[in-house]
Amino acid sequence: MAEHKKTEKLTQAAVLGRVFSYMRRYLPLLALSLVLAGITVALTLYFPILTGKAIDLILEKGRVDFSRMFLILRDGAVVVALTALAQWLMNLCSNRMTYRIVRDIRKDAFATLERLPLSYIDSHSHGDIVSRIIADADTFAEGLLMGFTQLFSGVAAIVGTLGFMLAIQVKITLVVVLITPVSLFAASYIAKKTYVMFREQSAARGEQTALIEEMIGHQKVVQAFRHEKEALERFDEVNGRLRDCSLRAIFFSSLTNPVTRFVNSLVYAGVGITGALSAIAGGITVGQLSCFLTYANQYTKPFNEISGVITELQNALACAARIFELIGEKTEQTEEGAGVLTEADGSVDVENVCFSYQPGQKLIEDFCLHVSSGQRIAIVGPTGCGKTTLINLLMRFYDAQSGTIAVSGHEIKSITRESLRRNYGMVLQETWLKNGTIRENITMGKPDAAEEEILAAAKASHAHNFIRRLPEGYDTVVTEDGGNLSQGQKQLLCIARVMICLPPMLILDEATSSIDTRTEIRIQKAFDTMMQGRTSFIVAHRLSTIREADVILVMKDGRVVEQGNHEELLARQGFYAGLYNSQFSD
Amino acid sequence: MTKLLVYLKDYKKETILGPLFKLLEASFELFVPLVMASLIDVGIAGQDRNYIYRMCAVLIVLALVGLVCAVTAQYFAAKAAVGFAAKLRHALFSHIETLSFTEMDTIGTSTMITRMTSDINQVQSGVNLVIRLFLRSPFIVFGAMVMAFTVDVKAALVFVVTIPLLSIVVFAIILVSIPMFQRVQGALDRILCHTRENLSGVRVIRAFNKEEEEMEAFEESNGRLMNLQLLVGRVSALMNPLTYIIINAAIIAVIWIGGKRVYSGSITQGEVVALVSYMSQILVELIKLANLIINVTKSAACGKRIEELLEVRSSITDPAADGQEPARSEVPTAAPHPSSAPSPSAAGAASPRPQSAPSPAVAFSHVCMAYAGAPEEALTDLDFTVERGQTIGIIGGTGSGKSTLVNLIPRFYDVTKGTVYVDGRDVREYPLDELRQKIGVVMQESVLFAGSIADNLRWGNPDATEEEMWNALETAQAAEVVRGKRGGLSFMIEQGGKNLSGGQRQRLSIARAVVKDPEILILDDSASALDFATDAKLRAALRGLHGEKTIFIVSQRTSSIRSADRILVLDDGKAVGIGRHDELLAECAVYREIYESQFKKENRKGGAADGRA
Repeated sequence: MAEHKKTEKLTQAAVLGRVFSYMRRYLPLLALSLVLAGITVALTLYFPILTGKAIDLILEKGRVDFSRMFLILRDGAVVVALTALAQWLMNLCSNRMTYRIVRDIRKDAFATLERLPLSYIDSHSHGDIVSRIIADADTFAEGLLMGFTQLFSGVAAIVGTLGFMLAIQVKITLVVVLITPVSLFAASYIAKKTYVMFREQSAARGEQTALIEEMIGHQKVVQAFRHEKEALERFDEVNGRLRDCSLRAIFFSSLTNPVTRFVNSLVYAGVGITGALSAIAGGITVGQLSCFLTYANQYTKPFNEISGVITELQNALACAARIFELIGEKTEQTEEGAGVLTEADGSVDVENVCFSYQPGQKLIEDFCLHVSSGQRIAIVGPTGCGKTTLINLLMRFYDAQSGTIAVSGHEIKSITRESLRRNYGMVLQETWLKNGTIRENITMGKPDAAEEEILAAAKASHAHNFIRRLPEGYDTVVTEDGGNLSQGQKQLLCIARVMICLPPMLILDEATSSIDTRTEIRIQKAFDTMMQGRTSFIVAHRLSTIREADVILVMKDGRVVEQGNHEELLARQGFYAGLYNSQFSD
Repeated sequence: MTKLLVYLKDYKKETILGPLFKLLEASFELFVPLVMASLIDVGIAGQDRNYIYRMCAVLIVLALVGLVCAVTAQYFAAKAAVGFAAKLRHALFSHIETLSFTEMDTIGTSTMITRMTSDINQVQSGVNLVIRLFLRSPFIVFGAMVMAFTVDVKAALVFVVTIPLLSIVVFAIILVSIPMFQRVQGALDRILCHTRENLSGVRVIRAFNKEEEEMEAFEESNGRLMNLQLLVGRVSALMNPLTYIIINAAIIAVIWIGGKRVYSGSITQGEVVALVSYMSQILVELIKLANLIINVTKSAACGKRIEELLEVRSSITDPAADGQEPARSEVPTAAPHPSSAPSPSAAGAASPRPQSAPSPAVAFSHVCMAYAGAPEEALTDLDFTVERGQTIGIIGGTGSGKSTLVNLIPRFYDVTKGTVYVDGRDVREYPLDELRQKIGVVMQESVLFAGSIADNLRWGNPDATEEEMWNALETAQAAEVVRGKRGGLSFMIEQGGKNLSGGQRQRLSIARAVVKDPEILILDDSASALDFATDAKLRAALRGLHGEKTIFIVSQRTSSIRSADRILVLDDGKAVGIGRHDELLAECAVYREIYESQFKKENRKGGAADGRA
């Protein structure tokens, strides 16, 4: 527990195993699409044989066997229709399977997300987690879909073509089989050469993006210091390098296509010459030669495609690995046997708690605190002193490494997180609202609240007045990140959200500078109403709050350095006294 | 998209030669079936081995020449595309640099970054593709048809029917599926939004025990996404089977009609084989063309976004640039209308006197300012002067216009009404360089750049000596910070200053402005992360700076500004008080309210304030 164990990188085999375990649920679909792919390939290959036969019936002026040709062409038409049908059904099957698998994986990933310990979420970039669930899953879906249909049918086509060619004539087949690998070698040689170039390109691109993010992202500072010219010079330097790298990478990688096409032409010529010679010797007919020419084209195509598909698949697997890593992260332990805390009396006892975010870097040591029902605890300290750490421990977002925290005499590790959190009301300064209506936001903690309760909570939290004035009133939709509300309005909604549940304990983060005075007074009044008779932990900035608190916790650099009431602390002449004097009596 | 083509100008040669070589390659490709046909008709029918060898040699030569043409074309295409993108990036970067704060606010820097990076990349590959394929694919399609006509007109009629039919099917499927793909994208955006929301709101969601409900909601949008994907999949799954049917039906028809033509003696067996080959070529190229169109549509959309950004004009015109005088600067230098009535709302404010005394460092004359798109003014009728060497405190609640006010001095924004004077001269008449050279700004958000500490400090003054830097650091209370870092001034700051704390960043960005040794120093709430003692030391040090520095201190804390020469109290964009601390305490209700909320115990005094609101 002390250490957050990182799942080691999954091996490719392990990832494949996980993919297959998701596939297993759709086994019938998988089997069906494989069968259909086989049928498609076989029929596609059979068609040139029929056209070859038909061409053989066309000899010269006056010598065309129309009745047999009709029969053959009719068969051809049937084959074509069947091929198309099989192909269509195969596409449908693999679509269905792929998208369902991706949905399942996404669902699992999201479920993991909801159960991940906060230490994971706090210490990982949100952008990265989001891109795993969204972008990686998407790339995986595409890669799986493409890899699935093309890899299998590609291999089937190669095997099938070989079989059909061998059935017609061994010698020409040999020509095809011997020359084709040249294109593969050429392609893989180019790929290897260009790999380095692409790495250079992405390094240059990364450098440029970083520069762009800095200079454009902080354009205001750039302009304030008239730094535009220097920025542009640096940009041009990287830009020139990127251009040269890109040119090399793009040019050399685009050689693959002409080169493989050239090899294909060689195969074509080779088939032409050997075919024609054996036709003269009576080995094959002209129709069979035409059939061979078609095969020669078709045979090389899957080779070229497969190399692309394999890169795509590898990419897809890498993406899958990233999602599976997320799914495999250790989630919060289940709480079997944990009791349920029904209605807490509001007493909190912290005994000898030690806690640190990183092992070896002690933050809180032997912290004790006894709060009886209805007391006010003010948490004081400079910005960034770790006030959130306390909230994290009280709400059990993080677990203490040693020591106990008890609420109403119950050790919080022995009760369910849900019942513990139900007993707390939390209003943080970072006012997070969900993307939904105002009503939905207020009733977040009590979805079945009656209309009167909503109105009462909104009025008690002084939010009713501004909500009423919104275009849609209580049905106004709060946009993502709450852009259509002011900071103060958001804070009032957060208070209303807690007000409707009226839990016995409160955690409040007082407004600092980001709110104007009028709103601040209103929020303060809402806080006061709410705190009546409740145990409250307040991250305090206002002198009045601090002075009225039963206990003041003074924090510095993440640690609780002093604890006591205002007079006691002043008398101690310690950090609090210094803080108080510098802040409140200039 | 067309306007972006200017940036291809330097690559005219490549842009023309690229497709030409591609066409050459394509023409050689078109000859192949004909060569094969005569190989069959002459070589095999006439049992002529030499002819067969010769024809195969021709095939190989065609392939070689094709290879050379293709490689040349690829080179030209890559060169033109890459060069184009580099020019475009340069143009866009320098364009963005000219944009003013207004445009940055309305457009948003993240959008600009996307356009500079991924959008330009997309356009680059679009240009590359167009040069390589746009002529080639249609050329092969029609070339194959023309070649078919040269073989036999009657049999070629099959092509005339097939090609349009095939095109209709291919493009109909694309047209139907593109809007569907957009809907899929929309559904994807929703689950993206949902996931992000769950990460940023994780504490609230867990505090309210909402995990189960969030999972249900996610499953619902996840399911909706899947259904949409399946729907699109059903349409695009038609593409391959349909084209397969059409092209092979055409091949059957060609063989049947070809058979009849051979029977009547119009064409030979080899020519039938050639016709079949042409048919296959057409299918391949049409599919390529369809993909090309999808990609080009995407690139064009990106191109359009870039174009839009390039068309945005800065709302601030620099008189220094191209010698253009801004049209509106009709107010003569240092001569604000003396007749303009002093604003009643700004107590103690006075209009700047024209040239009699040495002109004041900064003067606001009836300044109003509204942000672009905002319905209400952020500042209303501000009228005050600041003498050289004064320290001015600006205080007020959020959204009261404090930052807006100081942003007008270096002309980050233009006023909507009135005039801002620096040294008695309208800021709009200064070349931006000259104006901003006088002013040092420390913004709310302290931004440092990747590079050494010295590099960052030299932003203020490229020629600063080490001594000057250390002096500035002392003033900004940052000397200790730098001494504590390995390498001191050469300590490398990571991008975004990630390896420094918020307070350290703030002190360094103050030092950066001090190094500049400006006449006017603006601190826009830039000591918020400093503890009170450091903040006090900083203010004392600033007061001791040599030269007559005019200093603006914006703050939320009365303690930071109470010792200023004058304090301007803003409320909702209006100046509701100006004067010294004790004066304001006696006269200005808003100031008293702010002061009391921070200093005095508040005995339910809120009622009075509320009643006034």
